[in-house]
Amino acid sequence: MTTTQGAAAPAAAASGPLEVTRRRKGRKRGKFLVRRLGFYLVAAWSAITLNFVIPRLMPGDPSAAIIDQLERVSGQALPPATLVSIQGLFGNPDDNLFEQYMTYLGQLARFDLGVSIVNFPVPVADLVATGLPWTLLLVGTTTIAAFVLGTALGVAAGWRAGTRFDAIVTPLTTFLSSVPYFWVALLALWFFGFILGWFPLSGGYDPNLAIAFEPAFIASVLQYGALPAATIVFSAFGGWMLGMRNMTVTTVGEDYVLLAQAKGLSPARVRWRYAARNAMLPQFTGFAMALGGVVGGALLTEIVFSYPGIGYLLFSALQKRDYPVMQGVFLLVTLTVLLANLIADSVYVWLDPRVREEG
Amino acid sequence: MTMTRTRPGDDTAAATPSEIVLDVDGLSVEYAGAGAPVRACTDVTFQLRRGEILGVVGESGSGKSTLITALTRLQRPPAVTTSGHVVFHPQSGEPGIDLVPLKPRALRALRWTSLSIVLQSAMDALNPVMRLGAQFVDVLRVHDRSMSNAAAWEEARRLLGLVGISADRARSYPHELSGGMRQRATIALALACRPELVVMDEPTTAVDVVMQRQILAQVLRLRREFGFAVVFVTHDLSLLLELADRIAVMYAGRIVELASAEDLYRTPLHPYTRGLRDSFPPLHAPVTRLEGIPGSPPDLRALPAGCPFAPRCPAVMDRCRDILPPLLSHGDPDSPDARSVACHLHDEELIP
Repeated sequence: MTTTQGAAAPAAAASGPLEVTRRRKGRKRGKFLVRRLGFYLVAAWSAITLNFVIPRLMPGDPSAAIIDQLERVSGQALPPATLVSIQGLFGNPDDNLFEQYMTYLGQLARFDLGVSIVNFPVPVADLVATGLPWTLLLVGTTTIAAFVLGTALGVAAGWRAGTRFDAIVTPLTTFLSSVPYFWVALLALWFFGFILGWFPLSGGYDPNLAIAFEPAFIASVLQYGALPAATIVFSAFGGWMLGMRNMTVTTVGEDYVLLAQAKGLSPARVRWRYAARNAMLPQFTGFAMALGGVVGGALLTEIVFSYPGIGYLLFSALQKRDYPVMQGVFLLVTLTVLLANLIADSVYVWLDPRVREEG
Repeated sequence: MTMTRTRPGDDTAAATPSEIVLDVDGLSVEYAGAGAPVRACTDVTFQLRRGEILGVVGESGSGKSTLITALTRLQRPPAVTTSGHVVFHPQSGEPGIDLVPLKPRALRALRWTSLSIVLQSAMDALNPVMRLGAQFVDVLRVHDRSMSNAAAWEEARRLLGLVGISADRARSYPHELSGGMRQRATIALALACRPELVVMDEPTTAVDVVMQRQILAQVLRLRREFGFAVVFVTHDLSLLLELADRIAVMYAGRIVELASAEDLYRTPLHPYTRGLRDSFPPLHAPVTRLEGIPGSPPDLRALPAGCPFAPRCPAVMDRCRDILPPLLSHGDPDSPDARSVACHLHDEELIP
């Protein structure tokens, strides 16, 4: 944030007390992060354990049911390794609970999430690994784009609150962001895909091309992704904008913004370094949460556009009662949300010096 | 509305330009609202001499803060300066600059190097997410582009030293400082670019009396050292009597009396000034019953036709209710102890 050269010079010159303060502060911040980290480890452990407990609380014997179903689908007896894996995840009534728990943790450590019932015998981990890049690409980039676009517009509207720009853009955005997403997506698909034929109707890439990192394939990914991406950004930026606009209006009224103007700083510096920088703080928390939700996929988007991501995977698993896949996705989503929270917490400490003291 | 000014319009030549740092003439500020605009400042005229401390005192709603934001061009809509001039005379002897019509770019160049401000609440005046020193560094480097980052930090530490804050505090964030420290830091910040004029908006309201005294002593010391002029706005007349060279008393958006601190204390001419003076206890005098001012400040949307103080005035006369008394000089307008008052009680004593 501020310069490091500035920091180095006094440290060398002023010696003793400054050095001690710095070290004490460093230790305090370290302690804060360790405590946070501990909290998240406990939360992650609880999520993993719940994932273990819930199938075992289900009536009947879920693993037996799954094994039955698998044998029916595949028409043959399951290999012993698969049996062990399923019983590890969904419970083997013959085993003692603690041993089961240990087996389960061991499997997780090897990313063994069992095999899919529908796509037998593809491991769940493989299905997730196939869907994940698509979701990260589509939902990740659009979440960031919507945030950046909405925040920038929000600063512009809040800075000039009450002007014509604000009077037109703000209510319009409120209206747009209150249109249900699935409706926007269906309408866009119908109009731009079906009527105008500008964009393909479904999928994530041209099925006639081999998946490879080469221009033709990348171009098709962009072409297939453009419409779903546009609908997500369209629906999501309004929320960011309204939040940022209101925070900016509040912040612009603060004395430190007035003082920054009185100091004769450039309007851009006053607006970004003083007003937007402070108005952004609550916005940032929401953004971090949204990033955590990225892995869960934009369920509706992926369904409407049949986009091959995690959301679509979850949707088809739900339709076909593919429990191992569902459970794998849920666990992944839970852990990502936790990770995003952890990152948000750590970055927030860096963004807002005031929270460092508490903890 | 025409009225006789304290200073006839053409006497700028009488006082050498370099003696005057700020020449405010006929300044009026209105708040445009749904109904008729509300005049928060009406026809404010005064001159500020180089290195002088001018106190502005008044009750809440008397237009003090509006005056400050108008002087510094920091007002926000719906406040609008509707008439008047605020002419700044640089020490270099260059021609005076009228701040009211000044373009933003030229105004920015003038800010902080010539004209700085200390806001009321230091708690809110510092950016909470920037280190204290960085808030000095940005203004120093904006106004002196040749200054290196390291030199600016060094200068920030030196400035903090001026108000008794140790150099290692430059790396602190505002919330890590005490209230008094923060207020002193904003004063040091105001001096960063050696301004000729510092406007202070009740800078001691948020601190206790001990810290208040320390801060005022520091302001006086720094003024001796650097020679800047101060417009000091407060509701506390007793504080101004000690600090200010001259005091302007505001009532309902107008200056009703302007005199040296001593004259104002010993022989207040306006009944309102007398009321203010008599509403706090003197330290070294026999105990007496304190006199307040009955009533409350007038509604600026519905001012009486005559003197706005008439409804509360103990010495009200018939013409006070109909005729607005203009601010008129009392004594030789060019002498240093010139004073002026806007009250019919003193009509006959006036110099024509």
